[in-house]
Amino acid sequence: MEFFLQQLVNGLTLGGVYALIALGYSMVYGILKLLNFAHGDVYMVGAFAGYAVLVAFGGPTDPRIPVVVLIFAMFLAGMAASGILGVVIERFAYRPLRNAPRIAPLISAVGVSFFLQNAALLVAGARFRSYGTAKMVDPSTGLQWGPLRISIIRIVVILSAVALMVVLHLLVKRTKLGKAMRATAYDREAAAMMGIDVDRVIVATFLIGSVLAGAAGVMVGLVFSRVFHFMGFIAGLKGFTAAVIGGIGSIPGAMMGGLLIGLAEAFSAGYISSTFQNLIVFGLLIAFLLIRPRGIFGVPEPVKV
Amino acid sequence: MPEIGTDRWVAEFESRRVRREGPWGRLVDWTSRHWLGLFVVAAVVYPFVIGGDFGIRVGVNALLLAMLAIGLNVVVGYTGLLDLGYVAYYGLGAYGYAFLASEQFGIHLPTLLVVGVVALAVFGIGLVLGQPARRLVGDYLAILTLFFLQVFVELALNLDRLDLPFVDGPVSITGGPNGIAGVDPMEIFGFRFGQVRDYYFLLLVLVVFLIVGVTNLARSRTGIGWRAIREDTLAAEHMTIPSGRLKVLAYAFGAAVAAVSGTVFAAVQLGVFPQNFTVALLIVVYAALVLGGEGSVPGALVGALIIAMVPELLRTPAGARLLFYGGLAVAALTLVKPRRRLLVVVPGIVATGLAVRSLVTALWPDLVDVEAAGMVDRWVVRFVPSADVVVSVLFIVTIAVVLGIVAVRRRGAKDALVVVGVYLLVLVWENRLVEEPSITRQLLFGALLVVLMVARPHGLLGRPRVEVV
Repeated sequence: MEFFLQQLVNGLTLGGVYALIALGYSMVYGILKLLNFAHGDVYMVGAFAGYAVLVAFGGPTDPRIPVVVLIFAMFLAGMAASGILGVVIERFAYRPLRNAPRIAPLISAVGVSFFLQNAALLVAGARFRSYGTAKMVDPSTGLQWGPLRISIIRIVVILSAVALMVVLHLLVKRTKLGKAMRATAYDREAAAMMGIDVDRVIVATFLIGSVLAGAAGVMVGLVFSRVFHFMGFIAGLKGFTAAVIGGIGSIPGAMMGGLLIGLAEAFSAGYISSTFQNLIVFGLLIAFLLIRPRGIFGVPEPVKV
Repeated sequence: MPEIGTDRWVAEFESRRVRREGPWGRLVDWTSRHWLGLFVVAAVVYPFVIGGDFGIRVGVNALLLAMLAIGLNVVVGYTGLLDLGYVAYYGLGAYGYAFLASEQFGIHLPTLLVVGVVALAVFGIGLVLGQPARRLVGDYLAILTLFFLQVFVELALNLDRLDLPFVDGPVSITGGPNGIAGVDPMEIFGFRFGQVRDYYFLLLVLVVFLIVGVTNLARSRTGIGWRAIREDTLAAEHMTIPSGRLKVLAYAFGAAVAAVSGTVFAAVQLGVFPQNFTVALLIVVYAALVLGGEGSVPGALVGALIIAMVPELLRTPAGARLLFYGGLAVAALTLVKPRRRLLVVVPGIVATGLAVRSLVTALWPDLVDVEAAGMVDRWVVRFVPSADVVVSVLFIVTIAVVLGIVAVRRRGAKDALVVVGVYLLVLVWENRLVEEPSITRQLLFGALLVVLMVARPHGLLGRPRVEVV
């Protein structure tokens, strides 16, 4: 039972991260019908930005500012760097291709992803970087609940993931921008005719999605402590899987899908075999695509002729 | 009086074709009609001109890529199925060859039999895995096939310590991360392939066969059906084209072509390794296809040759320099307009360099490597190795400035940015990029993909198509 609960916590942490990545994929796909392959690398850049702030303020062993402030600053830096990057990518790699054949922005996205990975390799080198969270925050602090122990950093990560999702939900449902986003996702041309500045909505979508990915990057750095140039690929793939399982284009779907993938991964690593952990996740996705291609929350689009 | 049974419009097609004017136009026309012959002549001469095993190996890689691109062209270019799992079939072909012709299981079958069996088997696998193409459209198929590829990679990496019933000890099927080394060389009709050159000519024959075959296939009922599906599946179905069956057929055909090239690949490098069949290769194949223009066989060929050969120039520092400064000159020529403004911009770049160099040397003398004595080094700042962080920051700034050049419209500001951008590019190039040739290649490859797509989304030889929405 204790093991089960421990895996549950692991799954929830992972799931929160995947959900945040999945949201970016899903929102962009909903509006542009574009598979943004560079999204995983945006997340990687966020993780690196957090690391840069950590080093700039003296590293994990003796930071020059209080740890709480430092972690907050790392989140801010990661989100800001990723957000700016996302907007820049949209402006230079996708916007010129708005009316090009479908495959062109896809290839362009792949090019961006390649570029970012190698740029990170060039700037930061090939070795793994570690946030060294254990030195920053005493790992024994946290909730003790019977035999189950949840470290404070995990609590912070899960809570901030939930908070970000709540903010996003309110933004999409309650604000004017959110309404414009929903309208654009529903029908871009009609939205433009109703006076919505579609370009601005798209920029906002990229900004929000990338900010979430940046936060996810810092979270992964804090909990799993491995930051490297290629980390975006597999994480991106899983986030993407989550988006698809939830129903690509659907925001609650992305959240659900992320949690599902995180839990599936944690439990298959814990109970079945860690070697085949990725395989199980991918198998799950393939089965899902074959049986219910629109995902959990997706609605089938009527084909217009 | 029109003849009965003859479609005049079709019969007179050739005479209505617009010929290009002038000697250059005639050359282009002639080339476009005799491209296959020209390619064969050039390809046959190539190994004798280039000499050396390395050059021939580059040629082998180019031909392998050409095969892959032409096969993928059938799936993506003709039928319009976005198959992101294509490389898995290349891998299946290679592993299939390794299973049937190596010490891994102690099986050594004759080459032709192995290739035949592997091609048929992968064709069959393609027929099965292609079934979802009947139902899933567009991006959903792309996602699904991408995960086929991931599953293949995971299996290849992890099927090395398998506990099977009735067998003692763990069994290694794929050899895990180390792959399978010591694959037999090919042997056809008693001729044993010893050198890289032998494989080169084998591949050349295969590529020519494939080109002729695919070109003819494209003109057949099947090929017309494929392209009809690409243009509008619904309309094609109403024309009684069996779209589901044809889609699966195209998918499996591409898979079989990839598998055959995979067998040659396994034989030529005498082993198979899982890291050869990842998304990185998939990107390269797609880049080749899209660069040439999807839906065009000569386009796929040209794209593959460019993608495989040009980066080789970056391997030696001299070649890389040539390419870099050449590219920079071309970029400056296209960006600075009217051209007479170059009279200001070029001296501006030189002056900036000298000014920055003397400024940096005066302010932070311990950062500058004064030993460096090349011609460019006297102009651009060469940092000492410990100033790593400075170069990294400058690299990021350079990217920002280059993007700024694209975004800014006002001429004065643009020219100023060009001055700064060119200087920074040379600085970063001389300080960092030259020393990391493999990363630089990938970096430039990624940037090139974006630039190419933005500049020419239909590829070099592709024709813009009207997309029915």
